[in-house]
Amino acid sequence: MTQTATNPDPERRHWMAVLARAGAAEITDLLAPLPALPAFEHLRPPETGLVMVRGRAGGDGAPFNLGEMTVTRCAVRLGEAVGHAYVAGRDKVQAELAALLDAALQDPARRDALMDSVIAPLAARQQAAREAEARRAAATKVDFLAMQTIR
Amino acid sequence: MSALTPGFADPVLGAQAAFRAVLEAMSRPGRIVTAGSALRPPAPMNQAAAAVLLTLADADTPLAQDAGADAEAWLRFHCGAPLVAPGAASFVLATGAAPALASLVQGSEEEPQNGATLILQVAALVAGEGWRLTGPGIETEHRLRVDGAPEGFLAAWAANRAGFPCGVDVVLCAGDRLAALPRTVSIAES
Amino acid sequence: MYVAVKGGERAISAAHAWLEETRRGDAAVPELTVVQIEQQMGLAVDRVMAEGSCHDRFLAALAIKQAKGDLIEAAFLLRAYRTTLPRFGASEPLDTAAMRLRRRISATYKDLPGGQVLGPTFDYTHRLLDFALAAEGVERAAAPEAPTPVESAPRVTELLAREGLMQREVAEDAEPGDLTRQPLTFPAERPVRLQNLARGDEGFLLALGYSTQRGYGNAHPFVGEIRVGHVTVEFTPPELGFPIELGEIGVTECQMVNQFKGSRTEPPQFTRGYGLVFGHGERRAMAMSLVDRGLRAAELGEDITAPAQNAEFVLYHSDNIEATGFVEHLKLPHYVDFQSELENLRTIRRSAEAAIQEAAE
Repeated sequence: MTQTATNPDPERRHWMAVLARAGAAEITDLLAPLPALPAFEHLRPPETGLVMVRGRAGGDGAPFNLGEMTVTRCAVRLGEAVGHAYVAGRDKVQAELAALLDAALQDPARRDALMDSVIAPLAARQQAAREAEARRAAATKVDFLAMQTIR
Repeated sequence: MSALTPGFADPVLGAQAAFRAVLEAMSRPGRIVTAGSALRPPAPMNQAAAAVLLTLADADTPLAQDAGADAEAWLRFHCGAPLVAPGAASFVLATGAAPALASLVQGSEEEPQNGATLILQVAALVAGEGWRLTGPGIETEHRLRVDGAPEGFLAAWAANRAGFPCGVDVVLCAGDRLAALPRTVSIAES
Repeated sequence: MYVAVKGGERAISAAHAWLEETRRGDAAVPELTVVQIEQQMGLAVDRVMAEGSCHDRFLAALAIKQAKGDLIEAAFLLRAYRTTLPRFGASEPLDTAAMRLRRRISATYKDLPGGQVLGPTFDYTHRLLDFALAAEGVERAAAPEAPTPVESAPRVTELLAREGLMQREVAEDAEPGDLTRQPLTFPAERPVRLQNLARGDEGFLLALGYSTQRGYGNAHPFVGEIRVGHVTVEFTPPELGFPIELGEIGVTECQMVNQFKGSRTEPPQFTRGYGLVFGHGERRAMAMSLVDRGLRAAELGEDITAPAQNAEFVLYHSDNIEATGFVEHLKLPHYVDFQSELENLRTIRRSAEAAIQEAAE
């Protein structure tokens, strides 16, 4: 743990971010065709609590407490690896799956298969949803040039 | 690093039971209660001390501890408490040489509740003999023998008590047993 | 003061049973699901999250259902629920410049980097009741998509600040005060004021903001920028020691640009009022930014003449859950209190009548 504290693995941050945005059912569906993951031990069973969300005055000034959000966390041990999850919302199944996958993904023997068949498809769906929304927003962009041409 | 062990099997019920035990111990100073029997905290932290911290320490309570790297990782994970120097902590876990009571946070006349709680690990607690405890929560006198209390503890305790309402509360922990010394209690040598 | 009275349990339980029945309404009409409220009453959900000071769309929707649509009651329910949950810690401050934009407009610059993005807005609608909505199951055309997606855009205030025309914010990372842990004290620092306003009653903030425009506070505000969209929330779990993403939340941000005549230490420049709220809450964010600017009067050396500049008045009365508690407690039995008032009044009357009689004689 001290190791990760000084040197967060960007790939790990990526898969944790993807899992935090994925629904429990989506993850379960992608895991279904894969060989079952071995038994794990709960270091911390899924637990729902709050994180105080902070903003900054003026967007870039001193921090202030905006309000809280619900967050569910879970930690599991899978062999030598400890998997952690902190995900927005109150879905305990999602938090447990995210923690389990965080542990499994730390194992080099499993990583590539799980990245290809679980994380990559989830990330692609999330990216597609973001882009679809951004294209809708773009359709509402005001084109002032049109007015100049009319005049 | 040795393996990180779980906390309470059921965080809510486990913490409620331990809270009840600490409440009982604090309201009846010197009475021995059991807490944390099912826990496997990293050595040298004992079960009772682990149960108290799992129950009372969290992100809002700065914590100081002397139990080494494994205990630090365990407490960081399960309690999420910020780790600070003893003089700045709300909870202080002492498994080795205990810090002087007077060096810990005392609270103020306005906010005496901010006084620190020292979780002091000792070798054994035996009821019915040893120190003579008197004060609120004790009808006449309660006897408690503490094996392995720090040298000069009773003198330091008398000074601590003289500072009431400010001061430090102590929870003595041995194995899965604990007894509390709220700052109101008087202790006389046997 | 009110006195606890016993009795009435049967009446109370019958009243609650009737409340349940009226909540459901006519049993022949299909029951609303919480997800329907979450999806189709989204702005009510956003307001309850903001005033309940807890971001959870489903819980806010459930609270609205339970409160029969009374949004202050719903915010109260959400605040009560949040007290049952442990707090894991505080997030990293949100980076609103990296917001995934749904809407972003500026009233100060026509052509600004990133452009004017209207998003799903009530603006430019004609406010005519749409009776087509009364007919269920009518298919609506999907919103159009442009080929090039909108990207995140720099804040307008940053453009002004770069030219030295906008007062810079203090960027020191002091631990902000927290109203959920420490009671409000005065003088209240700006972070505490902003927390108070972010969860304040929308109607109260709106009226105060409006008052600053109408001459009570000498404000000349411009909307520098409003942005609505999603921001990533990052949190550093103590056991990991590095920040991880928890997911995204919807927020609305408003930067209100105001004139400042300058002082001995600072040149004339623009200053900002700031609004940031959970969900899509444009009116709320704008009102918050007007009131924030009003409350900065003291630190900017301006005269304090108007209600919106009076921090004690504003911050003590902004919270609708506190306010409703104190106002609504008046309906609880005050029988003994009132008896003593009555007695007092009768005594005064008697002595007054006696005095009149005496004078007449």
